[in-house]
Amino acid sequence: MEKKYSIFVPCDTAQHTCDKSQYNEASLIEKIKLSIHLVYCKACQTYTKKNNNLSKLMKDKKVQTMKSDEKDSLEALFKKELSKNK
Amino acid sequence: MTTPHELDPNGWIKNYSDYLFNYTIVRVDDREIAKDLVQETFFAGLRSMKNFKGEASERTWLISILKRKIIDYYRKINSNKGKAEVRMNYNADSESEGDWLEERVADPYATNAETEIENSELGLAIQDCLAKLPEKQATIFKMKTIDNYDTETICNEFNITSSNLWVIIHRARTAMASCMEENWF
Repeated sequence: MEKKYSIFVPCDTAQHTCDKSQYNEASLIEKIKLSIHLVYCKACQTYTKKNNNLSKLMKDKKVQTMKSDEKDSLEALFKKELSKNK
Repeated sequence: MTTPHELDPNGWIKNYSDYLFNYTIVRVDDREIAKDLVQETFFAGLRSMKNFKGEASERTWLISILKRKIIDYYRKINSNKGKAEVRMNYNADSESEGDWLEERVADPYATNAETEIENSELGLAIQDCLAKLPEKQATIFKMKTIDNYDTETICNEFNITSSNLWVIIHRARTAMASCMEENWF
């Protein structure tokens, strides 16, 4: 019980919170615990830094993918063409 | 001597459509046109499979076809544009006389060629790293990070729990971060 309410969290929990906060899905209390953890944990500091950098890169508007339905319709068209070519 | 590369069109869409799409969209800046060009590339690839010598990888070969398609597209829009006359009217009326210098000052917010190139290279570097992830991890990571699907939707689609999802995301992020560190930073 005591552990659950502790303000100190283990590294895996801290990293899990860090992942969640990249998608704005971490709660305030989780974020506070993460900040406390980051004060003394060098490994998680590095992890957070890398994670934030990755998010920044991924948010770039130029990184785009095809939507899955677009891919499906392309795949269907392509399969038709493929069978013609065989 | 290395073994020559072989073509397997069955895996093209799954393996290369995102890469080709990303390559195209930074150059044409229009989703619909990019989609059409990618589709045309795959079809042209199918038709000219017999010309493939196996010297380059499948992806390089498809990119070379796509490049030609993009150039054709540029030619097409340029021939349309060429019909319109471009006129720059500086100091056309006396009231705005003297304003021309201000108008010509570079706009710091406009994207220039360098940032465009950087963006396109970044996109391709990310696609490269995504290609190295296991398929399921890559798909889930893309859905969550690029397409911004919420956790619940992805969990339902793949029939996994949210803690499964976060483990997958964690692994994907760790792999992506170290891959990008090698290739980009």
